Amino acid sequence: MVRKPPASAAKPAEKAGEVQLYADRVRVYPRAVQGIARNVKWAILILCLVVYYVTPWIRWDRGPGRPDQAVLLDMAHERFYIFGATFWPEDIYYLTGALILAAVSLFLVTSLAGRVWCGYACPQTVWTDLFMWVERLVEGDRNARMRRDRGANSFDKAWRKLVKHGAWMLIAFWTGGAWIMYYVDAPTVTVQFWTGTASMEVYFFTALFTVLTYVLAGWAREQVCTYMCPWPRFQASMLDEQSVIVTYQKWRGEPRGHGKRTDDSQLGDCIDCKACVHVCPTGIDIREGAQLGCINCGLCVDACNEIMTRTGRPKWLILWDTLARQEAKAGQETDARRNGARDEAIRLLRPRTLIYVSALVIASAAMGTALAMRSLIGLSVQHDRAPLFVKVRDGSIRNAYAVKVSNKTSEPARFTLALADLPGAGLPGAGMVLADDTEHRTSELVLAVAADSIGTFRVLVYGHPAGQADGSQKLGFTLRNMATGEATAVASVFMGPVR
Amino acid sequence: MADNIASGDDASRGEHDPVTGRSTTGHDWDGLKELNTPLPKWWFWTFVATVVWGIGYAVVYPSVPWINSYYPGLIGYSQRATVTADVQKLATQRAEVMTKLNAVPLAEVKQDDALYAVAMAAGRLAFAENCQACHGAGGQGRPGFPALAGDAWIWGGSLDAIRQTVTYGIRSPHPDARISQMPRFGADAILTPAEIGQVTDFVMTLYDPAAPAGAGAADGAKVFEENCAACHGEKGEGMREVGAPALRSSVHLYGDTREAVRAQIATPKQGVMPNWNTRLDEATIRAVTLYVHGLGGGE
Repeated sequence: MVRKPPASAAKPAEKAGEVQLYADRVRVYPRAVQGIARNVKWAILILCLVVYYVTPWIRWDRGPGRPDQAVLLDMAHERFYIFGATFWPEDIYYLTGALILAAVSLFLVTSLAGRVWCGYACPQTVWTDLFMWVERLVEGDRNARMRRDRGANSFDKAWRKLVKHGAWMLIAFWTGGAWIMYYVDAPTVTVQFWTGTASMEVYFFTALFTVLTYVLAGWAREQVCTYMCPWPRFQASMLDEQSVIVTYQKWRGEPRGHGKRTDDSQLGDCIDCKACVHVCPTGIDIREGAQLGCINCGLCVDACNEIMTRTGRPKWLILWDTLARQEAKAGQETDARRNGARDEAIRLLRPRTLIYVSALVIASAAMGTALAMRSLIGLSVQHDRAPLFVKVRDGSIRNAYAVKVSNKTSEPARFTLALADLPGAGLPGAGMVLADDTEHRTSELVLAVAADSIGTFRVLVYGHPAGQADGSQKLGFTLRNMATGEATAVASVFMGPVR
Repeated sequence: MADNIASGDDASRGEHDPVTGRSTTGHDWDGLKELNTPLPKWWFWTFVATVVWGIGYAVVYPSVPWINSYYPGLIGYSQRATVTADVQKLATQRAEVMTKLNAVPLAEVKQDDALYAVAMAAGRLAFAENCQACHGAGGQGRPGFPALAGDAWIWGGSLDAIRQTVTYGIRSPHPDARISQMPRFGADAILTPAEIGQVTDFVMTLYDPAAPAGAGAADGAKVFEENCAACHGEKGEGMREVGAPALRSSVHLYGDTREAVRAQIATPKQGVMPNWNTRLDEATIRAVTLYVHGLGGGE
């Protein structure tokens, strides 16, 4: 559901008999408000910003020659460092797991409490809120801003706009700069940036994210939520009549109207002051019910509570409640409500939430197990295809293999590579010079691999002609880290002539 | 825009849907009417901007195909030119490394990881282009063409020996070519057919202990000592200086059946390896040498 075109813009057109297929943007001038929702929103905003700006500066010692940044997504060297864990490109499925967890958590939270993500923690909301705070500091609150925007150009208007946009650009630049620091070492890139020695990519992405932050949080704001973001389109399928969302108690508020509340005026508690509309960051009217534009931030709850306190009516005309409870209340007689008839219970446990919880539990368990059992060793064995095998002077058959050993530990390590499944098979041992030097054949090789890297080896395996069956036979390779004892095995083949 | 879309029946303009109270677009499909949900104007202008950008892009960069050529764009950008420049740059880089490869003694190349990697890559490519046709992929070899991945070397498997063989060839027209001549014991009547049979039986016992001792093996030993041992060694260990293959080895260039051995004594085949110094430059020969040496049998 998209907001109706503004009355002022639509009316003259309609008079002329024209259908307007493109709508002007209605500027939203949110008013400042105090209250519990606002306090929670401030707290989450500060937490999110601190985490975002500070994280790249946290140091984490990984030993010499390795990055000491706690969170570093090192694209150039194909490693993701997240505190104690180092992820290699083949670990990308952890990202899939993390995204599944994030998505299911979002579904669960939404089905329980509506779009609280949108209202409190979404970066679009956080930065828009920050920009609005700056705007309010420089240009004043809603009424002052509206008056100045409508008024003639003046020095007062000019310097305030200049200061506001300047401050926005500074914040945007800081945001764009911090983004880069997740991908390259923060202290290094900061020095490089200001001495003009950083790479073109650094300048490009800093500029890109600066501009995006400035445009999205300064100008686009609620347009992102209503027109660009896909989430509001399908979040409706997570919500049901049992979700606790920001709700206007229609039965209590209507009929709305100004004027004295006398016994025969029949007016509800809503005095139609539009405070809820004026504080709304997306400019909607919550009294029209749940709608696409509502990000569930609850600022209207705070605004209405202020007004209710002032008019001497009970607070919470707008509150967090479920549609089911509201319907039940609306159906009750006024007297029953006054006499404290039992409210319908909030049902947190329902098939939908239970399914989300179990999906979350299963995904978490799978992710936890995968992370806990994450192996720091990797072995890949590829049999040479040309030649498949070679006959050597003493009559043995020799096969060659391209062996890759991944050492995912942070220490240089020595590995033993041993053969399995093929009796009489041997590896060229130390001191072996000539291929027919059978005395120096061994059943185990020692391979050294540097820390956090892959060692590539060409491994030759000799098979005794006596133990040689026709064609191909199974040959296993087992690899063991000599320091940690971690081991892995792969199956390959040993090829020989078909007799 | 609105004019174009909402053209037609004037009466339908500004019509309102009674249920929602919203205006309709005026479109009517069998009585179904579309509610007007106005698009934000910034969205429209963003769309226009992308179109303008697209036109600019088409003007600046190559875009329109003609029949035999194409519109090259204002700045004359060409991926082919970029590639040519890259290839040029690479050739310059390679020339540098190949010069270095010429200067470093062969045995020391392996100690320089970067140089060795380049040499192996260059060697692999040169091998595939020039050597693979006879010696097989990966130096697999086939009857008459020695396996280079194995360890049976007729003229030696050290780096220098391999380089010499590649450079000057075997029985090639080059004056420095490796030359060996196996006498034609049968065709030139040096040995009688009976003696050839005996020595064949003896030679087979050299490499196959399980071979059924042929009738003439004992007599063959004597024939071998008189006629063959000078080059092939008393125990058939071969002699690389004269290119006489080890007969004790399990690996035989022309086969190890009785017929093959007998034929090789009576009317020996003698293969020719070209001298590659006329086709490959010194650096490439060195690269091929290192590659062949690294196949698994290098000494």
